[in-house]
Amino acid sequence: MEQQSVPSKTGVVGAGHHSVSSRLSKAWVREHMAALLFLGPSLLVLGIFVFYPMLKTLYLSFFLTNDAGEGTVFIGLTNYISLLKNPSYIASLVATLTYVILVSAITVVLGLVLAVAANQHLKGIKIFRTLFSSTMGVSVSVAAIFWLFVFNPSVGILTQLSNALHLPVLNWMTDPKLAMAAIVITTVWMHLGFTFLILFGSLQQVPSSLYEAAEIAGTSKWYQVLHITVPMISPTLFFVMIVTLIDAFKSFGLIDLMTAGGPNNATNLLVYRIYQDAFLNGNYGQASTESIILTVIIAVMTLLQFKLLEKRVNY
Amino acid sequence: MELMGPIPTKSRLEAYAKVAKYGFLIFLMLIVVSPFILGIWTSFLPTADIAKGALFSSHMTFQNYVDAVTTTPILRYLFNSLVISTITMLAQLLFCSMAAYAFVFLRFKGRKVLFYVFLSTMMLPFEAQVIPNFTTVRQMGLLDHYAVMIVPFLTTAFGTFMLRQAFMQMPNELKEASDIEGLSHLQYYWHVALPYCRISLLTLAAYSFLGSWNQYLWPMLTTFSDKFRPVQDGLKQLQSQETFNNWGMIQASAAIVVIPTLIVLFIGQHYFKAGLNEGSVK
Repeated sequence: MEQQSVPSKTGVVGAGHHSVSSRLSKAWVREHMAALLFLGPSLLVLGIFVFYPMLKTLYLSFFLTNDAGEGTVFIGLTNYISLLKNPSYIASLVATLTYVILVSAITVVLGLVLAVAANQHLKGIKIFRTLFSSTMGVSVSVAAIFWLFVFNPSVGILTQLSNALHLPVLNWMTDPKLAMAAIVITTVWMHLGFTFLILFGSLQQVPSSLYEAAEIAGTSKWYQVLHITVPMISPTLFFVMIVTLIDAFKSFGLIDLMTAGGPNNATNLLVYRIYQDAFLNGNYGQASTESIILTVIIAVMTLLQFKLLEKRVNY
Repeated sequence: MELMGPIPTKSRLEAYAKVAKYGFLIFLMLIVVSPFILGIWTSFLPTADIAKGALFSSHMTFQNYVDAVTTTPILRYLFNSLVISTITMLAQLLFCSMAAYAFVFLRFKGRKVLFYVFLSTMMLPFEAQVIPNFTTVRQMGLLDHYAVMIVPFLTTAFGTFMLRQAFMQMPNELKEASDIEGLSHLQYYWHVALPYCRISLLTLAAYSFLGSWNQYLWPMLTTFSDKFRPVQDGLKQLQSQETFNNWGMIQASAAIVVIPTLIVLFIGQHYFKAGLNEGSVK
């Protein structure tokens, strides 16, 4: 048996060694049986629902596909080349980049402002901290409903404000640039609670002696934020930025609920496009290719995130 | 006038500073919570008034809530989500903790490689796997059933990773003592490791519950009936049926959905923070 041969490989099997090695192998078998029992279910699930689909998607990206989503003709890199030559896909890529950069930059800056404001010793500050983190409890469809009402062209609060102040009424959902702004604003709002909570946590770890020294030196609050707070928590700042970037790259729900990729494909971000190409147009080969491109982007970001996690711990 | 007034004393300056600080905090708070307030406020207005663009009404009403509950399947959607999220959460607690236990306490061939295999799944977005996954669940006959929203998410690399950190922080003496006592792996896992790491388990519970609760794309592809549709996709259903003309009821439905998660969040806030820190300790 294989299991028994493993320990005996390490030395000459003599009469005296025999009982030891068989006891060792018994423990070895027991340990491996336990490993199978403990890991088995997870391996099965990950195998069926993560690794298999990933490989299948990679495979399909090199094929023409039929209606059933099966590969028919091997076409090599043709899907990739035609996608990267397709102006509408490039437009999607540009829109996605615009969206994720705006979302993560604004989220981190606003999150930092909230965290610094909440990091004061004031009566009732806990209430503010709880409220600042409250958007963490808002799911995508609730956020979409709240903000669709804000942006609504006829009854929305923004329209009413514009009317009251005699300003021009903006067509948030029909102007391409404003629609992008609307989903950026909504996404930022949704991420704000989580970002605030993480940044606030790291602010509390900055030694207060640093601020006391700066106070004695007579520096302003603003100076302290820029020259003490930001450098001290920079690993965390980069960390939340990457987390937000990864999340934004995967945005689907808000797009589906608020703009459906419109107007004029202005908000047709990568994941929404995959959905359209696969499940509405039945073009599985192309959608698989888009999935692989998305995976490469996310994988690079995640590796970056792991690196930053290590750094965050070290300081 | 002001210039002629008394020169501000130090304490008076401090009082001004305090007012400014609170003013700024309230300003920030309004930015964060105004969409909530606006949404929940309009859920109490008669739809006729909302349609006219009025933000105030002489007769505030619960009618929107009554309408939402009696004329739409919103409660059914909530129930569906509750079932799906609870089972997913329990399954993830079990399977993630088992896998994490293996990585920390078992000595087996290929442990390191397998751990990196687990970690690597965190780089692969689920959104890029939906096409083959859809075919898989269709072949399994799971479409339009609770199981379709549970089975693919029985375990996660994130949860395994998080609980692995927790198990690694257990004192060695515990394991040594239980080895002397002759406890099996199953006994040590169930009677020692799990109770010892209950805070981490609670954190993961909150995460996996909310994660499942907030799913949108996958249920949209795999559920077609109100009987199994979870609440996120249910809200979209209501919204597209009631297009624009019944804002009061839509806002009431949104409020019904958001209130349970806010409660979970406020209760679980402490654990969320603990988990975020633990997840980052290597």
